[in-house]
Amino acid sequence: MILALVLGAIALPAASGLAAVALARRPAAAQGTSCALLCAGAALGVAAAAAVLAGGRLEAPGLALRLDALGACFLLPISLVSGAGAVFGLRYHPQAQAGAAAVRVQLFYGLAVAGMALLVAASHAVVFLVGWEVMALSNFFLVLIEHDRREVQRAAFLYLAATHVGTLALFAVFALLRQAAGSYDLAAMAGLPAAAGVGTRVFLLALLGFGLKAGLMPLHFWLPPAHAAAPSHVSALMSGVVVKTGVYGLLRVTGLFDGIPAWWGLALLAAGAVSAVLGVALALAQHDLKRLLAYHTVENVGIIALGAGLALLGRARGEPALVLLGLGGAALHVLNHALFKSLLFLGVGAVQHATGTRELDRLGGLARGMRTTAALFTLGAAAIAGLPPLNGFVSEWLVYLGFLSTLGGRDGFSFTAAGAPLLALVGGLAAACFAKVVGVAFLGSPRSPEAARAHEAPAAMLAPMAALAAGCAAVGLLPAAVVQPLARAAAAWSRLPAAALAGPAEEAAASAARVSLVAAALVALVAVAWAVRRRRLAAHPAAAPVETWSCGFAAPTARIQYTGSSFAELLLQRFSWAVPVRADAAPPRGLFPGPASHRTHVPDPVLDEVLVPAARGYGWLSGRARLLNVRRIQLQMLLVLATLVAVLAWGFVW
Amino acid sequence: MVTLLNVVVLLAAPPLVLGVVNRTKAIVAGRRGPPLLQAYSDLAKLLRKGAVYSRTTSWVFRAGPVVGLAAVASAGLLLAMGGAPALVSFGGDFVLFAYLLGLARFATALAALDTGSPFEGMGAAREVTFASLAEPALFLCLLVLARATGALSLTGMLGPALPAAWGHAAPALVLAAIGLFVVALAENARIPVDDPNTHLELTMIHEVMVLDHGGPDLAFILYGASMKLLLFGAILSRLVLGHGQGALAGEVLFLAGILAFAVGVGLVESFMARLRMIRVPQLLVGASVLSAFALVLLLR
Repeated sequence: MILALVLGAIALPAASGLAAVALARRPAAAQGTSCALLCAGAALGVAAAAAVLAGGRLEAPGLALRLDALGACFLLPISLVSGAGAVFGLRYHPQAQAGAAAVRVQLFYGLAVAGMALLVAASHAVVFLVGWEVMALSNFFLVLIEHDRREVQRAAFLYLAATHVGTLALFAVFALLRQAAGSYDLAAMAGLPAAAGVGTRVFLLALLGFGLKAGLMPLHFWLPPAHAAAPSHVSALMSGVVVKTGVYGLLRVTGLFDGIPAWWGLALLAAGAVSAVLGVALALAQHDLKRLLAYHTVENVGIIALGAGLALLGRARGEPALVLLGLGGAALHVLNHALFKSLLFLGVGAVQHATGTRELDRLGGLARGMRTTAALFTLGAAAIAGLPPLNGFVSEWLVYLGFLSTLGGRDGFSFTAAGAPLLALVGGLAAACFAKVVGVAFLGSPRSPEAARAHEAPAAMLAPMAALAAGCAAVGLLPAAVVQPLARAAAAWSRLPAAALAGPAEEAAASAARVSLVAAALVALVAVAWAVRRRRLAAHPAAAPVETWSCGFAAPTARIQYTGSSFAELLLQRFSWAVPVRADAAPPRGLFPGPASHRTHVPDPVLDEVLVPAARGYGWLSGRARLLNVRRIQLQMLLVLATLVAVLAWGFVW
Repeated sequence: MVTLLNVVVLLAAPPLVLGVVNRTKAIVAGRRGPPLLQAYSDLAKLLRKGAVYSRTTSWVFRAGPVVGLAAVASAGLLLAMGGAPALVSFGGDFVLFAYLLGLARFATALAALDTGSPFEGMGAAREVTFASLAEPALFLCLLVLARATGALSLTGMLGPALPAAWGHAAPALVLAAIGLFVVALAENARIPVDDPNTHLELTMIHEVMVLDHGGPDLAFILYGASMKLLLFGAILSRLVLGHGQGALAGEVLFLAGILAFAVGVGLVESFMARLRMIRVPQLLVGASVLSAFALVLLLR
């Protein structure tokens, strides 16, 4: 039964892409068919994941397929987000207008989804890698959809280089595992001793290979340009779930080992902390909405890595409670981030559809023209900032609980609890950043004619956003329901007996029930306060609207409003050591000043400050080296001879 | 019965705290000052009035005060008021407490940005900036409490285990209490971070965000702000004075603590000038460092 569901969840998305190609002559029918197939596959995927999370299990060694609760935690968001994105694409990127570009989107979108579903259900390393490469290459073509733009070509090439470096590391990971376990079967690899030299090598290579895909800082450099280049519903898929396959791989591989050393956990905690803090700081500095959301993905992957690091630490120290809270927080944040990040990307898609721009400082006042989009986007923003009563709070709270549970120890590990204030800083910064996004894009007055003309998105675009928002609210209001599935995932990952995790899970479920009590109280109090306000105001005739008070300034314009850059400036001063803001200013001069301008630009600290200069230096160096040997044939021969002699000498001496 | 008392204190006491602060300031300045219960009359007056809205604003502006008040009141459910235990308590509930205050701030900041006024945008930017620096300090203080008492819920941290904790970890708790007091001043927009009495919009933080609100909306904002002050006072009162034996003694001790907190805020406000805006982050980072040091004292 589950096997059929999983096979459907892999095959139907793959078929959806082919349908778009086969029916390319009749674009509307092609896209409709393709979307229907994808949604059917997504529904099967959700059903399979739900069955496994409810206690079922899929073992099909003949087909090299296996789905446990850990895999199901990833199959669920893959299915939900891919379905929502496909429906959104019907109106956002219609094949009837976009033509060949839309066919390419359909084809590679379906293939990417199929690849991801295959890799989370793979029980054989080679099948895993096949799914991985199908996904990675489809993503390359998805980034390259608008291939006539120069920055898109650059982003796609950067992505391709990064993903292949990652794949190279993964080949090494699985070759080493094969050598140690004697089989490519993931189940046969389980229980390898981590203390042996192979453990360290596998962990470091996996951190490189999977960390590149997940966008862990400093391996995130390819992510913002790639996610900004694709159409919005594709960005939603990439940011929402594709990066999570990196998290999945890292969890899958670390879960194979026994006797995990504590430094694995600490290394992941350190990487997560850097990603979370610098990811959100860089996001604050952005004014392109999609780049901003992409940097938030780096931040959220950091939070997931913090949870995973705690879980590893729990394994190392034999504390089931820490395993449950860390892995539970990480796995739930994978789902939550998929829900709200794709909601936000689709929201940006709706904004771009309505105004033609995603430049934050050209927007404003959209809440009036696009009421529903604004409401859904605000909900997503509150969720990603971790505010109750939404889902982001629940997963972050589990990670907090993990940090707190290290507090009671009597050895140096209790210092791990310092992660809690760090997470609080990240939460505060994320709230600041999304106050900026919502405030500048949707509130106030329009900053450009395009923003003033903005129209509401069609229902076919709003419906998937509403579904994702409903998911955010459901997890936030009823967190106790997710604890048991998370305990199953933790058991599947750690191979601890379910009984060891039952106690901590029960405790977490009881606390989660109280969280939903407070969430319910919050909703009720909002309703009461709103009713009081309405009754009070009903007693008075509605006063005519007036201008906003601008301290006596009689002719306020939209341009005097705080922009995104000015909103973030005060905070960015605190991060000037990591986030370089380059300003290009021509201030007004003289008694009768002419036009003045001020432009800011934030280079990525890894890509623009390290990698590009390094690559340029390497290019310069190799240019020099070439000059040396092509000038004279004699010189070249001499070099060959000298090398030969050196190699021979080296051979003799050693 | 005792639980009901909890709700009554949470709902009824906030404006009184504001009255005590203002009275203290008046006495120190040699003025007569407004009556102790002035804030109640202000709220009643505002609730009777209608509201005027700017043409720029949308539903977000109207929802801001409502969500802000509801969030602060829900946070109040997690705290023990007086002799009564908290209505809801669980391990890690202080995270929820802090994030509910964060929700209130988020709603207020969005409402401010909805007016399209540069001054309100400025206030919102300052508020979120200083809040994101105050947040780690608050968590560090609460971690100190959690480590000293071995409890992870607010009720447990401020409950029966506290006297013993004062016995073996007094220096750390003193540092945490100082840190918490600084956070309380910053979170509640008091001097030296923000001046609730200032008349120049350019220098305001919290006040400038609510310039365009009026009538019931403003009443909600004032009430929510005073409730937030009460919540921080409640934590500090419990931390310093303990919880007392029995419901009545607990109640008396609690009210005495709240009064002392309000007088303390009033005294700080009377004897200090507000800091330059550029110094505020240093103050908050200082509070973080202080409480981090307290945590190190306990963890070493």
